[in-house]
Amino acid sequence: MRRSVGVAAASAAVLVVAGCGGGGPQSGGDQKLTGDKIVLGVLNDQSGAYSELSGRNSVKAVEMAIADFKAKYGDKAVTKNISVETADHQNKPDVANSKAQEMYDRKGVDAILDVPTSSAALKVADVAKEKKKLYFNIGAATTDLTGKSCNKYTFHYAYDTYMLAHGTGTVTTEQVGKNWYILYPNYAFGQDMEKSFSAAITAAGGQVVGKDGAPFPNTSGDYSSFLLKAPTLNPKPQVLGTMQAGAELVNVVKQYNEFKLRDKGVGLAVGLMFITDIHSLTPAALAGTTYTDAWYWNFDQQNREWADKFQKETGTRPSFAHAANYSAAMQYLEAVQAAGTDDADTVIKGLEGKEVNDLFLRNGKIRAEDHRVIHDAYLAQVKPQAEVSEPWDYVKILKTIPAAEAFRAPSADCKM
Amino acid sequence: MSGFLQNTFNGLVGGAFYALLALGLAVIFGMLRVVNFAHGAFYMLGAFGAYVLLAEAGVPFWAALVIMPLALGLLGMVLERAVIHRLTRLDPLYNFLLTFGLTLILQDLVKSRYGVQSSPYATPAELSGTVDFGLFDFPTYRVFILGFTVLLCVAVWWVLGRTRVGMVVRAATERPELTRAFGIDVGRWVTPVFGFGIALAGLAGVLAAPMRAVNPLMGADLIIVVFAVVVIGGLGSIFGSVAAGFGIGLIQAWGEAYLSDFPIVSQTVVFVVMAAVLLWRPAGLFGREEAPA
Repeated sequence: MRRSVGVAAASAAVLVVAGCGGGGPQSGGDQKLTGDKIVLGVLNDQSGAYSELSGRNSVKAVEMAIADFKAKYGDKAVTKNISVETADHQNKPDVANSKAQEMYDRKGVDAILDVPTSSAALKVADVAKEKKKLYFNIGAATTDLTGKSCNKYTFHYAYDTYMLAHGTGTVTTEQVGKNWYILYPNYAFGQDMEKSFSAAITAAGGQVVGKDGAPFPNTSGDYSSFLLKAPTLNPKPQVLGTMQAGAELVNVVKQYNEFKLRDKGVGLAVGLMFITDIHSLTPAALAGTTYTDAWYWNFDQQNREWADKFQKETGTRPSFAHAANYSAAMQYLEAVQAAGTDDADTVIKGLEGKEVNDLFLRNGKIRAEDHRVIHDAYLAQVKPQAEVSEPWDYVKILKTIPAAEAFRAPSADCKM
Repeated sequence: MSGFLQNTFNGLVGGAFYALLALGLAVIFGMLRVVNFAHGAFYMLGAFGAYVLLAEAGVPFWAALVIMPLALGLLGMVLERAVIHRLTRLDPLYNFLLTFGLTLILQDLVKSRYGVQSSPYATPAELSGTVDFGLFDFPTYRVFILGFTVLLCVAVWWVLGRTRVGMVVRAATERPELTRAFGIDVGRWVTPVFGFGIALAGLAGVLAAPMRAVNPLMGADLIIVVFAVVVIGGLGSIFGSVAAGFGIGLIQAWGEAYLSDFPIVSQTVVFVVMAAVLLWRPAGLFGREEAPA
């Protein structure tokens, strides 16, 4: 008897909630969803340097989110007609710009996801602002997305240069050595990383004894003159901080090992590294290297279960970008479900200030001031080969960096 | 002082790769009048082949060093017979386009199978240490590359200078019409020479696998500099290509070491040298002006 009262009360509550959710927007307009469907757009690199760490497998991750969303809400879902559009932006800002316009205008996309490469990411932010449609950036690092280029329709979801520099720069300075030599690729991303790292190192009581901008792209593939210089600097650096990414990072690390800098007392810290980079270098080449990770597949049971599902779909383990794409798609769908409409301004109202805990976002919060999505980050260290117990199990998490510390305070440059 | 010697040594190692690749391009251009744009792709295939042999069949570095150049040389000969040969009578642009297309196909084939992420390849254990030269120490593997390349260049020079085959190749390179007029069948040597050039590119690729990122685009990045090297040395000049290869390696290493405060200079020095050489000696440092037809 008691139980049936409980059930009845719960059903009534559900009815009330559903009533409110459905009623609000209907009174304002004649239709809940444009075209009675939701379309998500994944715009990223599907053939170049970043296609492995995100690329087509991020499309799969978004499809997984849609399936989970449908399974969760069943008949109560705001719509069952949810699809994914995808395009390759080839890391070119102009291509990203035209593909984003096409997605919003002609393909009926409600929200664009991913968009690695900072220059391309900033272009898409402009398009989102102009079209007044949502955009969740996952793949790009530039803090300008939540700084001088921020806007109401853009959310920066996974990581940024501040998060990377603050985590790796601070902890490595405290625990490994105070004197740094920084090697960075000489273009926007590298220069931004160098500045962020120098600031974090100095703040932690360390000093940058030398820094060099290597050619980008480095056609010779050779970094030996920089690596030879590092141990001869005075005072001698204890840490080599490399800001190179992808294949260039592979070149630096291979040559760092060749010149045996670790034996000469110069440790290695990496600015931006994905699990796919460790896989291509092998953990043996990187053992002991510290870096900041936004998410790790083998961190806890929840991550692992999802990583197992992901592996069934794709044949490989997920990078943090894959998990973040899943999470962003899910949070967007939840927001539409709660609002009962895909009207961008209404959905944004629901997202702003929301506190979230999900697969990717731990102690997450969608900041209203600058649309930076903050969450716990992790200081990771590559395991020695002997401790690697299964494929892709490459790192141990040394420290969880709390969400409030991991990201910078809202920037004064951001005017929504 | 020891720093300068180390950087010089490094420049020579970097130059060794340019020399191997430029040498192949030079003999191919000399014999066939074909600018082989696919050279970088064969370099990539050499490195990838070494990786696949090791990862999937457990074939060690030393065996790959023999197998890959032979296999790629053979593949090059087949390609020469099957397609390149058919276009040599036409405007050189046709073969330029053909080999460019070939590059894209080879890159994408590798990409579709192995992805764009770099593949792991460790330095062979017996070469993973350092050699102490008194004034400075240096990775053993780099010493090996330099020694091996110098030996190879000397061997090629000996073959070209002292054997009958070499005489024919040199004659055909410098005066093809006249060589034919002497009743020498130049055509017979075209295919093996093309295969040999490709084999050198494959060899450079295998050598690069332990110290460079092994991915489908590794050749595309390098080949631009190699073309500059060939132009500086003189198109078709065998000695010029080797000398320019080592020379450019040295200039790059010194530039990066001592001009690192002026990245614009150290990044463009190769092309500045190329422009200067073209203005001063349009046929390259060691090239010979083509006699007007």
